Amino acid sequence: MSADHKPQAEPTAAELHGILAEYDTPDQLVSAAKQVRDAGFEKWDTYSPFPVHGIDAAMGIKMTILPWLTLGAGLTGLATAITMQWWMNAYDYPWLISGKPIWSIPANVPIMFELTVLFSAITTLVGMLMLNGLPHPSHPLDLVKRFGRVTDDKFFLLIQAADAKFDEKDTRDLIDATHPVAVESVLEDRVTPDTFPPGLIYGLIVVTCGALVPVALAVKARHSKSDKPRIHLIQDMDAQPKYKAQRENPIFADGRADREALPGTVAVGHLNEDDHFYRGRAQGGWARTFPSQVDLSEETMARGKARFGIYCTPCHGQSGLGDGMVHKRADALAQGGWIQPTNMTQEYVRLQPVGELFNTISNGVRNMPAYAAQIPPEDRWAIIMYVRALQRSQAGSLNDVPESERGSLK
Amino acid sequence: MAAASDFNPFQAPPKGDNTFAQITDNVTRIMEAPKPPRAWYIAMGIALSMLTMFLGSITWAAWNGIGVWGNMMPVAWAFPIVNFVFWIGIGHAGTLISAVLFLFRQNWRTAINRFAEAMTIFAVMCAGVFPGVHIGRPWLPYYMMPIPNQMGMWPQYRSPLEWDIFAVSTYATVSILFWYMGMIPDFATFRDRSTSTVKRLAYGIVAMGWRGSSRQWHRYERAYLILAALATPLVLSVHSVVSFDFATAQLPGWHATIFPPYFVAGAIFGGFAMVVTLAVPARQFFGLKRIITIRHLELMNKVMIATGLLVGYAYGMEFFISWYGGSSYEGFTFVNRLFGPYSWAYWTMISCNVIFPQLFWFKNIRTNVWATLLIGMIVNVGMWFERFVIICTSLTRDFLPSSWGYYVPTKFDFMTLGGSFGLFFTLFLLFCRYLPMVAMSEVKAFSPAGGHARPHLHHGHDDAAHAHH
Repeated sequence: MSADHKPQAEPTAAELHGILAEYDTPDQLVSAAKQVRDAGFEKWDTYSPFPVHGIDAAMGIKMTILPWLTLGAGLTGLATAITMQWWMNAYDYPWLISGKPIWSIPANVPIMFELTVLFSAITTLVGMLMLNGLPHPSHPLDLVKRFGRVTDDKFFLLIQAADAKFDEKDTRDLIDATHPVAVESVLEDRVTPDTFPPGLIYGLIVVTCGALVPVALAVKARHSKSDKPRIHLIQDMDAQPKYKAQRENPIFADGRADREALPGTVAVGHLNEDDHFYRGRAQGGWARTFPSQVDLSEETMARGKARFGIYCTPCHGQSGLGDGMVHKRADALAQGGWIQPTNMTQEYVRLQPVGELFNTISNGVRNMPAYAAQIPPEDRWAIIMYVRALQRSQAGSLNDVPESERGSLK
Repeated sequence: MAAASDFNPFQAPPKGDNTFAQITDNVTRIMEAPKPPRAWYIAMGIALSMLTMFLGSITWAAWNGIGVWGNMMPVAWAFPIVNFVFWIGIGHAGTLISAVLFLFRQNWRTAINRFAEAMTIFAVMCAGVFPGVHIGRPWLPYYMMPIPNQMGMWPQYRSPLEWDIFAVSTYATVSILFWYMGMIPDFATFRDRSTSTVKRLAYGIVAMGWRGSSRQWHRYERAYLILAALATPLVLSVHSVVSFDFATAQLPGWHATIFPPYFVAGAIFGGFAMVVTLAVPARQFFGLKRIITIRHLELMNKVMIATGLLVGYAYGMEFFISWYGGSSYEGFTFVNRLFGPYSWAYWTMISCNVIFPQLFWFKNIRTNVWATLLIGMIVNVGMWFERFVIICTSLTRDFLPSSWGYYVPTKFDFMTLGGSFGLFFTLFLLFCRYLPMVAMSEVKAFSPAGGHARPHLHHGHDDAAHAHH
């Protein structure tokens, strides 16, 4: 190893950077550091492959301010998270989610925590590097061959010539007294250029300017008006390979994208073959009887009453007299032109076959709209059953009342 | 063995006349060797083909749409989210070893922390891919970032999915910072040991001119302590936030307050299993047996027993709460886990996570490298199934029987899952070859000659120190 080390020419004072001592163990380094510290030097340092236990006290290193930087960054992160979430979700674009408050702390805690940690961690690393003066590309020690083992297994101490107390002979005597393995003068680095190569600098300028172009375009776009549609980089589902309704389609002779159903096409469940049940017709005329599908029972009557109440009473009234709420309101407004809904207990309605009543409900008549879309056929028949009952009640005579009850009517 | 005819320079005793030089040599010769061992090439070949499969299946899904996967209603979360939670869970052991064990002064961590941190970062990278591809339009995740966009809208900060974005990206960033900072002194060692200009330049740039000054070490150590203190609550928060994605939903089987601690315990369990799975072959092929000793593996196996029991407790407690809570939907979900259509997944999970790790109670099993490797792999499988059970079993049978379904993954699901291991192992093999696999400066500091270790804590390094004497 010593063979590698060429003896150097005696340096002049101007060229000398400092004196370097090498040690084999951390303990030797610590005791040497104590002696240098006690001698009152300021511009000196020790170097080791790992943090040596007790070296801070031996060198008199003061506690770093790094924790305070981290604390400041953490508080900044916390404040950033609070402000960001409040501004974005409660102020700039208030967002109501599931009826929750626009601004509530608990739901915003996770991101406050994360940004506190993120800001602190980045600041800790960057702060450590900056306080340590890193990156530090070149150093006079890089020219000392033996110093290469500082990251392997050796320990070093350097006193700089720039220190006020530095005297080449006295300092070397002090170092010799610490029993180093080797001592060496370190020269100022005259080899490594002090500045970056100009090519590198111009290259960096060009790359930086190039990188700013998209940013500048985005900023310009945000602060100017344009009639053109906005740039839409990813078309996603805007363009879909399909023919939409009402568009042209060259595949077909008529050039239309919409296709008509084939003649005779019947949708599932819409065959409606039974004329009596679905249209109220039988033997070429209006059916005079209820179709066989309708169960002439108490339940059907109750169903018919309920459906009548929903669909018919607004115009025809509870008793079918044509005096429902719609009529009363229209009459009260007295704007003229209002025709009273049919009183369905009149004789001509009473004489209509059930099939004709079914047709009236299904397709409407005069002012009355069609109800086929709202009321299924079986319910229409149930309503007719109830209408028949209403008609009967209005056209009855005393003979219709059971004999035992007649007395109460007198 | 085939390796007998094939001289492995990594197995020779480390050169150097003192402990520090031997540690340096043991770690740097992996980077210095002109060629890595043959096993490295074979492993790299397999990893690269899996990586190709990964990229291919993701491209196919992005091109055709996510219909190529088995995702359906009601199981819209399926494989991508199972894989995401699996990988993010693996990524917990690294920071736990680096930060939590550092704060507890568990000096044995120095042998494995670098290694585990690398594993963390690569696992988080694998995890990050899945939510990105799961949205179906992987070019739109910027919607989740707080950046101005053409819609004039901002992210919704009351959503657990948004918390997840912040938690996972903070975790990834802090893990990378911590990893990088730990490597700066070792990069300097690599720089000073390199002979080629390219290596000197590359390692020199990343070492940033580190020369081991004590004034710099002082701030460095303080920064390391602060980062450890920051990373400790962070590592506990990440999987807690991931568990909020489930716990804040109303779905039976997800809506549980035990989820945050249960997920964190499971993450540490699965993470340690992965560290063991990687550490055994790495120490075998790269001659790190003197640094990563049997004692380290045994300690990790003990952590696995502890966390495995915590996970088993959580499984039991979920059943207790489903009965004690009295919700019939909750009760049905857990009966369905035991006996429903996915009961095979549930019993796979129980046997891998609760039953097999109990073998570690036997000292001769937990000190046997191959048994350790095997059980570590079994636990990895079990932890994947745990996420499958939580996500898929709960979703297939929820409140309305009319919306029940049975989820079947397609071959593209399996290719993406298998391929993600390709990404992980490719990065890991590159790490083994080109970066300091062991934190040399820390191992030196805690070696007997380094003066940091307390006498009763450094048994693991005794054989490292005396192996060559």
